[in-house]
Amino acid sequence: MYWDLFLNAIASGILLGGFYAAVTVGLAIAFGMLDVGNLAHPAFVILGSFCCYIFNQRWGVDPILAALVMTPFFFLLGAAIYQIYYLSFERRGEEGLRGLAFFFGLLFITEVGLILGFGVDYRFVEAPYIGPTLHLGGIDLALRTLTPFTISLVMVAGLQLFLSKTYTGRAILAVSQDSLALRLMSVRPYRVKLIAFGISIATAALAGAFLIIIQPVEPSIGRDYIGRVFAIVVLGGMGSFPGMMLAAMLLGVAESLTATFYGPSWSPAVAFGLLLLTLAVRPAGILGRRA
Amino acid sequence: MKHITFWLSTAICVVVLFAASRLVTNDYFFFAGYVVLQYIVLATAWNILGGYTGYINFGTSGFFAIGAYSSVVLHKLWGPPIPVLIIVGGILAGAVGFGMGGLTLRLKGVFFAIGTLALAIVVQTFITNWDFVGGSRGVYIIRPPTAPLLGSYIHYLFLIMLVLAGIAVAVARSIEQSTLGYGLAAIRDDEQAAEAAGVPTLKLKLVSTTLSGALMGMAGAPLPYYVTYLDPASGFNLAYAVNAIAMPLVGGTTSWVGPVLGAIFLGTIQEVTRVTISSSLNLLFVGVLLVLFVVIAPNGLIGLYQPRRRRQDEPQRRPQAAL
Amino acid sequence: MSETLLKVEGLGKRFGGFIALDNIELEVQAGERVGLIGPNGSGKSTFVNCLSGILRHDSGSAQFGGVALEGLPAYRRTRLGIARSFQLPKPFRSLTVAENLRIPLLYTVNGRGGVHLTEAQIAARCDELLRMVALDGKAKARPRDLTQIEMRKLELARAMAAAPKLLIADEAMAGLSHSEIDDILALLFKLNEGGITVILIEHIMRAVMAFSQRLVVLVAGHKIADGLPQDVVSNPEVERAYLGE
Repeated sequence: MYWDLFLNAIASGILLGGFYAAVTVGLAIAFGMLDVGNLAHPAFVILGSFCCYIFNQRWGVDPILAALVMTPFFFLLGAAIYQIYYLSFERRGEEGLRGLAFFFGLLFITEVGLILGFGVDYRFVEAPYIGPTLHLGGIDLALRTLTPFTISLVMVAGLQLFLSKTYTGRAILAVSQDSLALRLMSVRPYRVKLIAFGISIATAALAGAFLIIIQPVEPSIGRDYIGRVFAIVVLGGMGSFPGMMLAAMLLGVAESLTATFYGPSWSPAVAFGLLLLTLAVRPAGILGRRA
Repeated sequence: MKHITFWLSTAICVVVLFAASRLVTNDYFFFAGYVVLQYIVLATAWNILGGYTGYINFGTSGFFAIGAYSSVVLHKLWGPPIPVLIIVGGILAGAVGFGMGGLTLRLKGVFFAIGTLALAIVVQTFITNWDFVGGSRGVYIIRPPTAPLLGSYIHYLFLIMLVLAGIAVAVARSIEQSTLGYGLAAIRDDEQAAEAAGVPTLKLKLVSTTLSGALMGMAGAPLPYYVTYLDPASGFNLAYAVNAIAMPLVGGTTSWVGPVLGAIFLGTIQEVTRVTISSSLNLLFVGVLLVLFVVIAPNGLIGLYQPRRRRQDEPQRRPQAAL
Repeated sequence: MSETLLKVEGLGKRFGGFIALDNIELEVQAGERVGLIGPNGSGKSTFVNCLSGILRHDSGSAQFGGVALEGLPAYRRTRLGIARSFQLPKPFRSLTVAENLRIPLLYTVNGRGGVHLTEAQIAARCDELLRMVALDGKAKARPRDLTQIEMRKLELARAMAAAPKLLIADEAMAGLSHSEIDDILALLFKLNEGGITVILIEHIMRAVMAFSQRLVVLVAGHKIADGLPQDVVSNPEVERAYLGE
């Protein structure tokens, strides 16, 4: 009996991990590659969820489709935010305290804005793949988690290809390593970062769709994810996608096991505890990246 | 102004303000005043680590709640007077601040900030799962029918918070104008250069986190008696975290004046909005003001009052010899 | 009578796969004037960072005044008597020029050997140091109001404020005019006469030759020469390593 429970916990943990990867990939780009500590990323994911909710409830549009439609708008939103961030902080070299406070303020504004617009009730969407469950051997795979998992893998793989094969993508990788060299090659780092951050927020639209498919959403859920996404980015080695994927799976499985055997109310402690441990144990040298 | 003089002046201010408050007949003033004073303590505490040392703490609610919930525990066990609760809350929160510092202070800015958030959530999770303090259902605290000295309990709470605010401000200023304050400023400006100049950065940072955490815990200790019903949702309310950051940033992080100004300014706006319009809108204001000030007026209200051009005339600080 | 102040044996430092310093040997006697030169990227700054404690060396040993440096955090080394200026000035931006000098006075000099400085003494010492680097008119200015050259002087003054036994000046003269270089040189000579051992890291050969009693050359993390300046400069290997100055 326990074996079945255990296997199922692992399976759903892996599926959960795939979903976490989708939520994190935007931050992996923003924070892992661009050094922009965007604390508000989860809030944009929630924003994405609510957008899908509107499309779904008003016009019966499939949430994932809705997200794809919203993606260009989220891209523009990301670009606008980076513009402000750059002009206010990066250009002056004051990214530290004030930059973080900026994003923290944005997180807050978004959350409260959503509360004012939608109230604190949980919202959910309807789609044909939300009800059924696949049964493979003794393992139950709920389609509501399997679908986001699959699409998330595609999305992350697609982004990885974009980064390694296209000109813009490689410029983004370059700017994360050495923006001076990039300048010498007459590519303006600002433009590259603008696009990268836009992409970062654009992923939040799809991630938001995944979120509201998997569980009902209310505005303050974003806070639970701040620790998760940063934990995954740090564990995954900052900018590396494969590392991030692995870390996401690890976290998903750890949380799933905790929820199954100790109760779901302990899950937040897993992510944040893991994060604290990672931060405490990693030697300072690696973390002092840009000396 | 020497340290002693400032402490005396603060004490006198506290006495004067308290005397003035005896003239107020409307109890609402005391309820609202308590909140503003509480924020003065939180903002000042936050600023010791954030403004003076340059390490941003997102986990204010964690330390605050440690103070609040340690009071709940003690209240259930044998109900000591509030000053005792404050001391215990301060010690516990300070210890946690010390521990957190030990774990995370070797990290660069963002990582430290995330670490503080992680800590707050871990604390919240533990408390939510702890039935003795009510878990997620919350706990009811009955206020004693009469208060020591004053009779009305809310007047008593107001006085306590007034004294606490005075202490917090005096402590902050003492740090500012001392060797410790210089050391923290050096750490804030350039940690490597500070180390090279002989500043024991880790030690001083630990002092900063411990002191900051302790003050936050002290601010939280009387909370259960103020709200009479405490649950994790309200105890760990994000409003505390945001306000603790917004108030110093809006008021100005370079001196003790900033957090006080910010607390009064933002606290009053929030209270007015909450009462007249809606209670969610007031939080929106805080967020918007935070972003606006951070982008446009990086030096806060103090900075607006002293435009950059006139900085040269700023009175030279006169710290005492080594503390 | 000369005792060995700094003794470095087999010092190595790597960053991942990159070997920044390999088997560095160096002995510096008290009161010496040592020049350290090498092409860009040869490891000079890494060496300074390892000595001052900002970086930990991976292999070998370093001793200062008989005390092993391994495991000592940077601020302890400063208190022992090693002071360095940074190649790119790192002033405390929110403090005035005079307050910048206060920090080492408060944290290194004060309390060392039971010495307790009064406020008056601190203020006097700040004035004195500022005069030595000709910055006394700018005591109340902020670093952002200083020129690049003035910032370098502040950087040097801050290192001097720590009353070191060994002062490592890391490219303090870059970009200075002829007379400014002479000023700094005179200052360093004066400090040396007062008993401070100086390691001068520079690209400006004229200054290095004029100042050093001994010249050490670092190339690609290896020490390839160590001796009298005239001998080192005419060493063919050194000539090969240097194109130009």
